[in-house]
Amino acid sequence: MIRALILVLALIAGTPAAAVAPVRLITDISQNRIDIIYTFKGAELLVFGAIQYPRGAVPDERPGLAIVVRGPAQPITLRKKARVAGIWINTDSVHFETAPGFYAVATSAPIKSLVDERTASIWEIGLDYLQLSPTSDDTAQVAAFTRGLVDLRRRSGLWSEQEGRIGITENVLYQARIAIPSAVPVGAYTAEIYLIRHGKVIARAATPITIDKSGFERWVYVAAQKNGLLYGLVAVVLALLAGWIAGLVVRRN
Amino acid sequence: MGSRTSGAAVPTPDPSRKREGSASRHRRRTGSPRPAGAAKPAAVTLYLPIAELSVNWLVIVGLGALVGFLSGMFGVGGGFLTTPLLIFYGIPPAVAVASSATQITGASVSGALAYWRRGGVDLKMGAVLVAGGFVGAGLGSVLFAWLQQLGQIDITINLVYVLLLGTVGGLMLRESVLTMRRTAKGAKPARLHAHNPLIAALPWKTRFYKSGIYISPLAPFLLGAIVGLLTVSLGVGGGFIMVPAMIYLLGMSTSSVLGTSLFQIIFVTAATTLLHSVDSHTVDIILAGLLLIGGVIGAQLGVRAAQRVSPVRLRLGLALILLGVAGRLAIGLALRPAELFSVFGPA
Repeated sequence: MIRALILVLALIAGTPAAAVAPVRLITDISQNRIDIIYTFKGAELLVFGAIQYPRGAVPDERPGLAIVVRGPAQPITLRKKARVAGIWINTDSVHFETAPGFYAVATSAPIKSLVDERTASIWEIGLDYLQLSPTSDDTAQVAAFTRGLVDLRRRSGLWSEQEGRIGITENVLYQARIAIPSAVPVGAYTAEIYLIRHGKVIARAATPITIDKSGFERWVYVAAQKNGLLYGLVAVVLALLAGWIAGLVVRRN
Repeated sequence: MGSRTSGAAVPTPDPSRKREGSASRHRRRTGSPRPAGAAKPAAVTLYLPIAELSVNWLVIVGLGALVGFLSGMFGVGGGFLTTPLLIFYGIPPAVAVASSATQITGASVSGALAYWRRGGVDLKMGAVLVAGGFVGAGLGSVLFAWLQQLGQIDITINLVYVLLLGTVGGLMLRESVLTMRRTAKGAKPARLHAHNPLIAALPWKTRFYKSGIYISPLAPFLLGAIVGLLTVSLGVGGGFIMVPAMIYLLGMSTSSVLGTSLFQIIFVTAATTLLHSVDSHTVDIILAGLLLIGGVIGAQLGVRAAQRVSPVRLRLGLALILLGVAGRLAIGLALRPAELFSVFGPA
């Protein structure tokens, strides 16, 4: 009897909790590791998964989603040219402590209508909300340089924003394709998926991705970094040999 | 060496956009390596491990061949064309400079050996030039790092190119036009020897038998140092400045000039490769190898083409190319660049 009572109480207590049980995101990625080998000419990542609603209650409205793939943050200096004595030279510069080497965001709707500004800044959803940690105090200058950096990196394909480019099926399954250009920096990447409702993030998931050189390319790269002198000697010897052989071939003709 | 421009994200304002026909035709056919590359057939793309981007290897070999053709034809290394063209193609400047030096080492070997067999290398003069070259290269790498830190490396490289190519091209143009006029009048070509009073005043004179001169070793040492500085910072062999300087300033006999200059270039570019390998890890073996393959083929074609043209016309042609490049670079400095911003990446 007492047991039954406890059970009932537990059920009653449990019911409201179950009603707000968190929505879960299940996610996977086409490749957790991208190997850069000699034929590497960029890659395309497929990020996909499902939204797991509590008790399978799929809402009628289309879910709001944002998928962010980002590479390692790097400290960079951005310089701007200006005309001095008739020629264009670098004059001003701004240092950014944490500029991601790669950043791509895909969303299910225009970013401005998807998230509020605070949420976008917290999770860095959208190129306008990247936390680049500039070291200058001059706000106007920082704003101008940030625009310049975003513009440069957008055109090189290292940073991108694809609003409304997440495919959603039955309000449950989602998928997005992220293009990785060949000039991508190596390192530890993450793919983060955000489920957004009324401008706020209500669930998130993250998957690591590794981009690294592999095979011969890796071997050459590591040799150049670790054994600079030996690498240089090998380069010189190879160049001398190639030139010598070419000379022999020519003389024979 | 400190930071290196992350060239992929940063198309450096092109120092070579509208150069002579063959170069620009070549480029139009191929386009830029920067886009993700989905449209490129896999067979021609090759990822460069140090430059960290994929290129169309046919383009690089073609570029090597073009420069090799010019070097075979005019007897110059052509580094002054390779480096700007590579940078334009999207290779990070530091990698372009370092790998170009490696390529020049290989490209100079067969020529140097040929002169060596003919006895066209003045070893004593060569040793002095090499010694100077090593000192210059050492100084150059320090200077290079410092300018990079300041963010003024590109502008300095361009200014020095304009100055050097303009001066050397102008001098050669004047000389070749004068010679052509004299030959047209039926007069004998003037002797190229010219003793410079400043150089004659330098102390510790010694005799360089093969070169047929009696001068202070300080003069060739200084010349070697200047060339070494240029090799490290511009990725050029420096033949285009060394050869005229040896003829016009030092007054060396022309029979030993080219061989001795190539001798110096091999050692100094090799040292430069080592310096860049140790300091900045910017030598891309694959890139240098591709350039070398093209260069060897192009040089043979160039040598054959050169045999049908008189030397004075060749000098005139080279002078015009040098002036053309200088002019293009000068215009590039004065025009508003397409890209006002540039990124200087992580160390």
